[in-house]
Order: sequence, then C-alpha cells, then structure tokens
Amino acid sequence: MKTITVRYFAGFREHAGLGEETLQLDVVTAMDVFNETRARHGSTEPTGHCKVAINDEMADWTAKVSDGDTVLLFPPVAGG
Amino acid sequence: MFAVSSSAITVGELRAHLTNPGSGGVCIFEGWVRDENEGRTVLRLEYEVYDPLAIAEGEKVIAEAGQKFPFLEATCVHRSGLLEIGDCAVWVGVSAKHRDEAFKACRYIIDEIKVRLPIWKKEHYADGDSGWVVCERCANVRHG
Repeated sequence: MKTITVRYFAGFREHAGLGEETLQLDVVTAMDVFNETRARHGSTEPTGHCKVAINDEMADWTAKVSDGDTVLLFPPVAGG
Repeated sequence: MFAVSSSAITVGELRAHLTNPGSGGVCIFEGWVRDENEGRTVLRLEYEVYDPLAIAEGEKVIAEAGQKFPFLEATCVHRSGLLEIGDCAVWVGVSAKHRDEAFKACRYIIDEIKVRLPIWKKEHYADGDSGWVVCERCANVRHG
C-alpha cells in the first residue's frame, strides 16, 4: 500500500465535495489512482478528456506513482 | 513571459513588453467574454487556474512558439476569477522581425494555451444554471 495525496480541481472538486484527500492505495500508475478515486466518488468521467500531474509535473496516465506522491486530477480543461 | 492575473488585464502595460528595435510588426490577440454559448445566454464567467502548472506550461508553449516561428518578444496573460461580459480573459502579444512569424506564433500560443493549461471555465447562465465548459480538442493533447 502507498500513501497518496489526491487533489481535485474544478468539476472534480465539486463532485467529490473536497479539494484534497490522503489515501492508502494499492496502486502502480496514475491511471490506477484515477480509477480508485472514480470508484470512491462515483464518477463516470472518461479518462481520455482528463489530465494528470504528479508532484506538480504533467504526467501520462501510465506514469508510476510512489509512496508519498501527490497526484493532481484535472477534469477537461477550457482556457481562453 | 506567461502570467496569470486575478485582476483586470491592462493592455497598455502588456503592449510595452513587446517593444524591440528589431521588430517590424506586432500581432495581438485578445479573448473576450461573450454573452452567448451554444444557444444559452451567459451572464458571466468564472476561471479556475492552477497557477504553478499553468505558468510552467504557458512558458513551455511560448518557448515552443519561438522555436517554430522565431519572434523577438512574446507575452501572454490569462485571467482567473470572476469575469463580466466584455472583459478580456486572455491576452497574447508577439512582436517579430516580419509579420508572418508574429501571426503564426500568436496563433500557436493561443491555440495551445486553450487545450493544454490547467484552466477551467464555468459559465453562469441567465436562467440561473451554471456549468463547466468542456474543450473537445483536449482529448488528443499529450504531455510527457
């Protein structure tokens, strides 16, 4: 098990009802973290439109997460 | 230079950043808040920005634009917070030796910023409803 801090933004934060939580998760990749939190909060957002960052660096969904990492989950962006 | 601003964008100050004796032209794009989207009357917009990564990614976009279309000066500022109709939401300015590089770099910067930066836009509608806007192009953009 790894201790992972997950941060939610915009629609994800509103859906989860919180901006951040620290969880004990049996995960390998950023995608695993997303799937765990989707199950936890009942989200059906497709991954393809979302982005992820690990410790303030943009990452791919296949990137590995380590014990103590902070994973930032970004819903579909819309700047401009 | 890329920046996020929680207060009104002051165009005159930004334009001064583009001054360069070698520049033969400047191309400026301003994104404004409009009062309609997909048939719904919009009263105001709210931008949520994750500043640390938006700034890092914004600087990366400007650097990429400079490699593809060599310019002399470039500045971009994106707003955060609550905006009213007609407010400037994003400002991009590029000065270059010739107009072609200025136009192309300006276009590249605004296009990439819209789909890559951790920025979210919530529309507040006249009927009292509100919703986060989804950008369709973002699904195909990868980071590494």
